Order: sequence, then C-alpha cells, then structure tokens
Amino acid sequence: MQVKQRIIILFLTITLILVGMVSLGLGAYYIPVGDIWLLLLHKLEPGSSILDNSLENNVLFVVRMPRVLLGILVGAALGVSGAAIQGIFRNPLADPGLIGISSGASLFAVLVIAFESILFTSLSQIMGHYLLISGAFIGAGLTALLVYRISLKDGRPQITTMLLAGIAINGLAGALTGLMTYVATEQQLRTITFWMLGSLGGATWESVSAVTPFILLPVYGMFFFGKPLNTFALGEMQADLLGMRTDRVKLWVITLGTLAVGASVAVSGIIGFVGLLVPHTVRLMGGADNRYVLIASTIMGATVLTLADVLSRTLAAPIELPIGVITALLGTPVFLYILITEK
Amino acid sequence: MLRVEKLNYEVKGRKLLKDISLQVRKGEIVVLLGSNGAGKSTLMRLLSGDRRPNSGIISLNGQSLMKLDPRALAKCRALLTQQQQVSLSFKVSEIVLMGRYPHFTSAPQMEDVAIVDEVMALCGITQFSDRIYMSLSGGEQQRVQLARVLVQVWDNPDSLLLLDEPISALDMHYQQKVLAIAKGLSRKGYMVVLIVHDLNFAANYADRIVMLKHGRKLFDGTPNEVLNTKNIYTVFSVEAQVDMNPKTLRPCIKLEEMLLEEWSTPHII
Repeated sequence: MQVKQRIIILFLTITLILVGMVSLGLGAYYIPVGDIWLLLLHKLEPGSSILDNSLENNVLFVVRMPRVLLGILVGAALGVSGAAIQGIFRNPLADPGLIGISSGASLFAVLVIAFESILFTSLSQIMGHYLLISGAFIGAGLTALLVYRISLKDGRPQITTMLLAGIAINGLAGALTGLMTYVATEQQLRTITFWMLGSLGGATWESVSAVTPFILLPVYGMFFFGKPLNTFALGEMQADLLGMRTDRVKLWVITLGTLAVGASVAVSGIIGFVGLLVPHTVRLMGGADNRYVLIASTIMGATVLTLADVLSRTLAAPIELPIGVITALLGTPVFLYILITEK
Repeated sequence: MLRVEKLNYEVKGRKLLKDISLQVRKGEIVVLLGSNGAGKSTLMRLLSGDRRPNSGIISLNGQSLMKLDPRALAKCRALLTQQQQVSLSFKVSEIVLMGRYPHFTSAPQMEDVAIVDEVMALCGITQFSDRIYMSLSGGEQQRVQLARVLVQVWDNPDSLLLLDEPISALDMHYQQKVLAIAKGLSRKGYMVVLIVHDLNFAANYADRIVMLKHGRKLFDGTPNEVLNTKNIYTVFSVEAQVDMNPKTLRPCIKLEEMLLEEWSTPHII
C-alpha cells in the first residue's frame, strides 16, 4: 500500500473515533465528552461507586453504546460489501442491493412481521426478536443463492446474468413486499415502514452480540480478496490467466457479502447509499487498489453510518428520523455532485 | 516446447477448430495468419489453457496444460488479448504490477518492482506511470497491457508468450519495436506465438508461419515456404505479388488493387 493510502486510512480511523465519541454524547440526554471518558475508565476499574446507577451511566451503557457499536458494525458491513461487489461486477455503480440480497432480506422480514401473530406464535414466543433477525437472514441467503444458481452457465457464474437475475428478483421481492402491506394491520404497517427505511433504534446488547460474528468475520474475510478483485478489473479472463480462481473468488465474495449485508439488514432494516457511495469516495481519495479500498471502505462506512445516526437522533429531536432517510438525503446530493464533476 | 495434437473445439455445435496439430519449439517465434473468424484467437485461448478443447492434447514443456495448477501456469504462460478494457480507475503502474501478482503474496518484492520498471521503460510507458489507465489513448493502453503481460513471465525464459494482435493500435515506430521485443524474447528462449495481419511483418519477424482457414490448419512452414501467391489467395482471397527481398532473403508481398466486381459494370440509368 502506498504511503498516501496509509495516511488516508489513519485519518479515517481518527475520524471514526471522534465521530463515535460525539455519537455517545449527543441525543435526547446530553453527556459531555469528559464524562464519557470518566465513565469508560471507571468501567475498566472494578469496585463499586456511586456512579454505577446514575442516569448518565445508564444512558451511556444501556442505550448509547450498543447503538453506536451497531452503527459501526452495520456501516462497516455495508461499506466493505459495496466495495467488494463493485469489484466483482466490474462496475462502480453496483451495490449489495443489486443482486437481491437486501430485498430478499426485507421480504422475509416483512413476512415475519405480517404473519407473526397468525403463523409463528409459538416460534415467536421462543425466539422473540431473533425471529425477525433470522427471517431477514434466511431471506438474504435464499435470494443470493437463487440469483447465483440462475447465473451458472456450464458450472461458471456469469456476472451479467447474475445482475439481470438480481434485478428481476428485486422486482419480485418488491412486489410481494408491497402486497404484504395490504394484509398488514395498522400497527404492523408502522413497523414495516419504519423497518424498510432503516433504523438503529432497536439496538440492544443482545442484538449487538447476535450480529457481531456474522459481520466481523465476513468483513475480515473480505480483506483477503484485494489482489484477486484488482485483477477482475482487467476482465475475468485475464484474472484467470493471472492464476486467480475467479469462480471461487465470486462464490466467496458473494457468500461473505450476503452474510454481512443479511446480518445488517436483519438488525437495522434497509439502509441505502452507504454501499454505493462510500467505496466511490474512497477511490476518489486514494485510488482504486482494492487492498486499500476494502479497508478504507470498512472504516468510512462505519463513520458515515455513525454520523447519520447522530443526525437521525438530533435533527428533529425528540422525534427520531429513519436513518435510511438520512443516508439518502445526504447521499443523493453527494452522489450527483460526483457524477456531474466526473462527467 | 509447446505441443498440440489433434485439437478439436466446438461451441454450441459450431466447430471452431478442427484437427489442429502444431509445435512451437523453445526460442521460436510463430506467426498465426488467417482471415477474420478463421479461429486464430480461439486457438490462442486454448493454448493459454483458458478454454479446454473438446478433444486433443496440449502440452507445455512436457506437462499437460489441464493438469497444471493455475498459479504455476500463470508463471510460465502469458496471453495478451484483444480486449483491453479496464473497469475502475486504476493507475498505469498498478495495472502493470498486476502482471507480477502470481509471483508475490501480499507486497511486491524488490525484484517485482525492478522488473516492472524495466519493462515499462522498454514499452515506453514510464512517463504515464501515475496516469489513470482509462485516460490513455488506444495505442498507449495497448502498450500498457503488453507491459503487464511481459512482466508476468519476464524472469522465466522457458515461458510461452501468446500475443493476439499486439500492434493493432500502434504507430509505425512501436509496431516495429513491439515485434522486435517479441523476436528478442524468442532469442532468449521464449516460445512466442503471435497474431498479426500484416504479411510483410509476418515475413520479416516469423521463424515459422501457420496459416488457418475455417478452423483448419492449411499451411505451416518458414515464411519462404508458405508465403506465396497461391497460398495467400487460398487463405485471404486476395491477389498478391510475392518477391524476394534481396537484403533479408525473405518474401516481400505487394498487394494488387482490388476491384469490386459487382460495381465494375457501368449502370445505365
């Protein structure tokens, strides 16, 4: 990696830490940065103190911290998956949503919401919130698998077919999700809408610990695909000729992407634009070498989502805006600006 | 040595290559000639191991191409294709370095960097090193791709170098220079297979010429043996006058003006 790229990664990491600190402090209940440090240091030292049951302590450790951590995880997952999927599709406009992962996840989640009280009552009692998470996860996996199978020609996945199949599956899942809104009750409809627009509001220590392995492992795994993804830019044939096993690379990247994106959709709903915009910006800053792009997109994705979450909590406080709305509102102008200046 | 025996290849029932046998010896430069769609590029892809033949044997230095591990193969065979698009905004130096990817795991070694520098200078692209590949002209892009393919096998003279129309977008100077590089490499021991369309370039640079038509090998021999009026007419359907260049003792081909028969009778309106 070049020196410039290392500096960018360092800079992004510092920004993430700063944004994370601000995000821990801001919200309906304000905690000064000094107090955050105090509370954090105190947590590390065993021994009782009057601080333990203070409101500040509870807001920080019960409400804010899981939420900020979830934002970082989800943002990292969306950022790195976007970068990797753009790499294998050889297209800077590709997005995990493009091959149906997000829409499949959302369809299954909406199915669970709509039929929870009728079909899954016993399951729902046992699994609670995990039912929705697993539903979304299964949906993501099934659509990715379906799209992948359709794209196979003589045992090799064809990227263009995969893209077209993804668009078709997106259309189908969108239609079915739309249909569900007709059978849903008023209360279910609110849940569905809120969920389709994305939110980190459901963050608890349980949900954070449930998705952590499903996000951290794929994100880390993606970092090993920098070199193979670079050769994809030359065309799949040249990648093959350079000794990369392109079929395996595609299978791995799609599997890891599905895991990471499926897990994040499961806990936070659909959050658009991060997977598309973050890798693009990262490339504009430090070049297209995927060994840099994958790592930088992970950190920047985490930063952007944490920042969007702060805005969603503070812009119209005490009302909370859906985070998907924030990322789209912020993302669209930035994206159009990039498009126009690059033209 | 590259040995090809009774190669057959078909796609969706269309027979693209029929019963092709040929050999390329170490240190030899072979030029494939034939009209558009004769099967030259298809043959190149099969020789590279990227496509499997329906029947027949391809062996490189005594080993079957199919049995070689992709990465081991990448270190002893390189193919320059006609398709030279690059997606995403990679820099020229990054593209050329990709040719060394089979040789290192995470970071390029001193040797890799030295080879990249040497080959970039040879191909005249050092000054474009930091430019975005997509912003270069067609001829410059072709030289970048050639450099990438050359660095891939630069340190292994037992390699097979396959160049599919490497000079199609180049100016006169670089057309000659690239062919000189190809010939120079063959003298170091490389097996070079080349596709060009200019018969005089073929006559001047080839050790041997293989002429294809409709997926079959029609003629195979030294330029003096195969480049004659009759063979050229058989393969390309053009009238050519073939002389001997007294300086090089190689054939020198002059094409005669072609007249369109269907337009030759004056129309009376």
